[in-house]
Amino acid sequence: MQVSMTVNGQQRTDEVEPRMLLAHHLRDNLGLTATNIGCDSTSCGACTVIVDGLTVKSCTVLALQAEGSEVTTLEGLSTDGEMHPVQAAFRSEHGLQCGFCTSGMVMASIGVLADNPNPTDREVREGLEGNLCRCTGYHNIVQAVLKAAEAGPAAGQVPSSQQEVSA
Amino acid sequence: MIPSQFDYVRVSTVDEAVAALAEHGEDAKILAGGHSLLPIMKLRLAVPTVLIDISGAQELNYVRVDGDQVAIGAGTRHHDLEKSEVAQAEVPLLPHVASRVGDPQVRHRGTLGGTVAHCDPASDLPTALLALGATVVVAGPNGRREIPITAFFLGFFETAMEEGELIVELRVPRTGSAGWGYEKFTRRENDWPIVAAAAVHLPDGSVGVALANMGGVVLRAEAVEAALAEGKSIEEAAALAAEGTSPSSDMHADVEYRSHLARLLTQRALKVAAGETEASTAESTAA
Repeated sequence: MQVSMTVNGQQRTDEVEPRMLLAHHLRDNLGLTATNIGCDSTSCGACTVIVDGLTVKSCTVLALQAEGSEVTTLEGLSTDGEMHPVQAAFRSEHGLQCGFCTSGMVMASIGVLADNPNPTDREVREGLEGNLCRCTGYHNIVQAVLKAAEAGPAAGQVPSSQQEVSA
Repeated sequence: MIPSQFDYVRVSTVDEAVAALAEHGEDAKILAGGHSLLPIMKLRLAVPTVLIDISGAQELNYVRVDGDQVAIGAGTRHHDLEKSEVAQAEVPLLPHVASRVGDPQVRHRGTLGGTVAHCDPASDLPTALLALGATVVVAGPNGRREIPITAFFLGFFETAMEEGELIVELRVPRTGSAGWGYEKFTRRENDWPIVAAAAVHLPDGSVGVALANMGGVVLRAEAVEAALAEGKSIEEAAALAAEGTSPSSDMHADVEYRSHLARLLTQRALKVAAGETEASTAESTAA
């Protein structure tokens, strides 16, 4: 079946099998491999992307369910070579160890900051409850989100269409 | 993991969904948020040959007051129920329990109708709906009918819906500022409950109490409710919480431990509902 969606600001129309998951569509059809598939069972959050302003786990969404949607992946966050405030904060605070969970953590963190621009340590941890770091490197991830919050509202937005992101 | 092949049908109204169900028969399944259905399809525990996607049916997305009840469209996502000002004012148990389902990403997709139709015995929102004495409104080839939620969950993943029907609305009493409590015991915050208890003071003066994961379906704690109606204390009533239940043993808890949790969490939920204690948080929960 044909599916059309806007991915990182670009209109894409592709032929997919109904059973194709959004995560596979992004990775295999569109070549956007920043979105990782970890557990493949809605638990780990590595495949988190933003669909119409809401974070979702793309391993549990059919590509066809994103018909007509605005999809943002990690690749769509930087503008003109400038990192998104959340990306910059993950870098400056070293919010990663092996890096596998990082793209999902960054996307989920944007959702956390959209809902709550000035979260406490506890609120960041609660907001990231759907994302697992098997290195258990949570401390610096939380520090990165708190650091990103200092950048203001831009930390809770995605650039492709400046769509508002909800928690 | 990739599901087996299926055909995909997108509908935008309930009438179209009913027609599609009639056309495709018993091998068709309704797809809403997909957060119960797609995982079991990936595991091949469900192998529907047709999925009818109702997520574009805007008529199923609402939370509104209707007389002495709150009516909630079956397509309402957990996130929207959690944030609904109508729900927060009129039946605050439900948005609280919605906020305890899974994690933010899951709550952005999962729907109230979907979690009721899925009929998992460990499900949060069906437990709350059972304590509230909700009514399930289903649509099918012969029009709409109402099923009391006490008659809806028949067995393990088995509901009172007949072939060709789908859930369109959940109706609950307006409890307003009356007390309520929901106590959930998990290993990690975003897990399914090992056991959970919901308690809510209802407009007719009774207290509804329901349990998650104490049998093949979510259960009304009838012995507890009867004891409270007789004027027994919270401690005396909650001591009866495991009566009439048939919990399973698994890697998380055996029957004896689940029974203990049912009594303890029921007591806590009742005390919170009575305003005697604060609700447990993820940090303070210990059993």
